[in-house]
Amino acid sequence: MSEIAHQDHTEKKAFLVDTSSLREVRTFCRDVFEKLHIQQELKDELVLAIAEAAQNIVKHAFKNAAKPNELMVVEISCENNKLQIAFYDRGTPVDPKKVKHREIDNVKPGGLGTFFIQEIMDAVEFKDGKKPWINHLVLTKQL
Amino acid sequence: MSYKVTEEGNIATIHLDGEIDMDVTEKAKEVIFPHIDAGKEVHLNLSNVQYMDSSGISVLIESHQKALEKSTKVIIKDVSKSVLKVIMMAKLEQILNLE
Repeated sequence: MSEIAHQDHTEKKAFLVDTSSLREVRTFCRDVFEKLHIQQELKDELVLAIAEAAQNIVKHAFKNAAKPNELMVVEISCENNKLQIAFYDRGTPVDPKKVKHREIDNVKPGGLGTFFIQEIMDAVEFKDGKKPWINHLVLTKQL
Repeated sequence: MSYKVTEEGNIATIHLDGEIDMDVTEKAKEVIFPHIDAGKEVHLNLSNVQYMDSSGISVLIESHQKALEKSTKVIIKDVSKSVLKVIMMAKLEQILNLE
């Protein structure tokens, strides 16, 4: 847990559901974490977790085939030193029970994104998406 | 992502530059795999790669496994601290050839 008191802050941004947006997602996160004065090592980890979650939306919720102009929203908020990152999308409804990473000792390509998210964040929760959204993922981390 | 390839004897040295994410993994495979398929020993220099996600890690795993099938090897050189951290998070530091 950080001994630094991070100021309360919220920002959100919409991105096209496309692999080419992943760089923009990372840039957005880095900018917000800069404002929150989060130290570099933790910032790198958080950016990775968020980018993996965004990648999962492109890859799984839309199976790499989103309609043109389809959007996903990333919202980062910090309150009382608790960081919350929310994702909203209108892809195929996610069944949380089916979201699993591969066995880490079974070395093969794929299946690591969810593992990274779980390793980095304190909690990963799928909530009911409120219209117009279908999926609403929330990642949290105590700073 | 940009890259530079130099060949000397049976060794192909590939310098990758930039951030390796899902958007560029196909390009990375197109750069790396032909050298492995040709039976070359591939030296993958990652000193200029400051970010790699799970897709990039998958390319490293696939390259490593492909090289084993071809009885050659991929040696990963000069990994940046940030990428090494991701490799270690995936518990691959003992599996991949890191130098």
